[in-house]
Amino acid sequence: MDRRTERLASLDVRAVGVRHVNAWLHHEAPSDGVRRVELLNPDGLHNLAVGLDADIDLEIRGHAGYFVGGMNKQARITVHGNVGWSVAENIVSGTVRVRGNASQCAAASGRGGLVVIEGDASARCGISMKGCDIVVGGDVGHASAFMAQAGMLVVCGGAGLGLGDSLYEATIYVRGPIEGLGADAREEPLTAADVARVESLLRRAGFAHSGVEFKRIASARTLYHWHSELGHGAY
Amino acid sequence: MCGIVGLLLKGESEHAALGALVVPMLSAMEERGPDSAGLAVFHDGASRRERRISLLAPDRACVWRALAATIDRQIGSLSMECHQNHAVVTAAIDPEALRAWLATHAPEVRMLGVGRSMDVYKDVGRASDVARRFRLGSVAGTHCVGHTRMATESEVSQMHAHPFSAGEDFCLVHNGSLSNPYMVRRSLEARGLRFETDNDSEAACRWIAWRLAEGDDIETALAAALRELDGFYTLLIGTSDGLTLVRDAFACKPAVVAETADYVAVASEFRALAHLPGIASADIFEPRPERVYTWTVERNA
Repeated sequence: MDRRTERLASLDVRAVGVRHVNAWLHHEAPSDGVRRVELLNPDGLHNLAVGLDADIDLEIRGHAGYFVGGMNKQARITVHGNVGWSVAENIVSGTVRVRGNASQCAAASGRGGLVVIEGDASARCGISMKGCDIVVGGDVGHASAFMAQAGMLVVCGGAGLGLGDSLYEATIYVRGPIEGLGADAREEPLTAADVARVESLLRRAGFAHSGVEFKRIASARTLYHWHSELGHGAY
Repeated sequence: MCGIVGLLLKGESEHAALGALVVPMLSAMEERGPDSAGLAVFHDGASRRERRISLLAPDRACVWRALAATIDRQIGSLSMECHQNHAVVTAAIDPEALRAWLATHAPEVRMLGVGRSMDVYKDVGRASDVARRFRLGSVAGTHCVGHTRMATESEVSQMHAHPFSAGEDFCLVHNGSLSNPYMVRRSLEARGLRFETDNDSEAACRWIAWRLAEGDDIETALAAALRELDGFYTLLIGTSDGLTLVRDAFACKPAVVAETADYVAVASEFRALAHLPGIASADIFEPRPERVYTWTVERNA
């Protein structure tokens, strides 16, 4: 790898604007072989670093707005601050890490990759997740993992009301108190395999908790099929 | 979609900077609400006798001086500051007497707000244009609430813009939509309350103001409002005491709060707060659903 590829490219979002930053990340950065990028002064702006498909490390130095890291492929994105709604929405691969807190719908519909929220994530974290993994260092808000289909949501703090409502085959692990489970979500016995996969994910995310401290929440699968109580058998 | 902002300054020396700090907040929320904008400003040092009455004329070329002279002769002496189609009257008069007089003699002129410490500005247009029109960047005060509107349920007009006001020194801005505004409205009309518009946020404003008039404190009134008001809302309320924020149980309308030793700032999105001094070290949090947050102005006794 030559020196050019190792240099840190730095862009001031306030000065050049979100469109320029994203166009540069999509086109110039991969074609120039840039591997390390930092974005300065994100100022809570929306849609930063959306749709990346490159093997780069991206550091966002400050608070970012909605949809940061959305549809990410390959890239390893770290936000050194808080993020707004729908961070890493529909993430496909790579990693999106938030050093602060995340607002609603973190990693919504994520298909793959890893999303780490070191602080709290608010409502609807992991809504409709489809295979990504999510680790939250703090708490998650209400309706988290709503209709979650595949992947793991690991919450090191507590969870709000309606956790895992209408859950499919994603699995939720919560270390702290749960205010309430949603329809069809239930606590199940924690197996040795659960402990191993939770600890493996926690280590990847940089957390040292023991897997045995977590509760396992999964689907009771009673919403999968139509259950009629109207006595149709009589017809 | 709409945008809300609020700013409460803790230090007296900062009060002159209120407008300069809040106008960029309001402008940053322009994309959330491009059709109308408004700001209610609360001043320090309210007079016991005098009322501040914010007036709006649909005609930007309203001849305020002539109107002021007539009111002065027929109702009582007053002073008036006017900016295009807005005027703030300061006078030791009964606001209801003025309302009745206007209804007869100048029905096109509407009262936007009344109080000892509150001025209300609102108009159609982009937030940055509305701020320029009324020179909001130079207003001083202890705290303020602002709004950028994207109308979803009633027409775009000056009177349909936020903040809405009811009673004295009380105003409300709303991001969201109510599903039972007509029920709320009918229950109040049956008690003799009158409405200015068919806007759902006005129903919320008048319902909460009615609870306060019935003797509730703001926390009690909002705890009751959470049961009465059905729909989606982040509500930010300004009174002479300070700011109060509440979000419905689903909390699908956003809000973020930043607090430092110098101020409390509220906005729909963080980008409205990014320019504030000391924001990098502010305590920033997302208000929880169904929790009433109140921040009070500290006044020297």
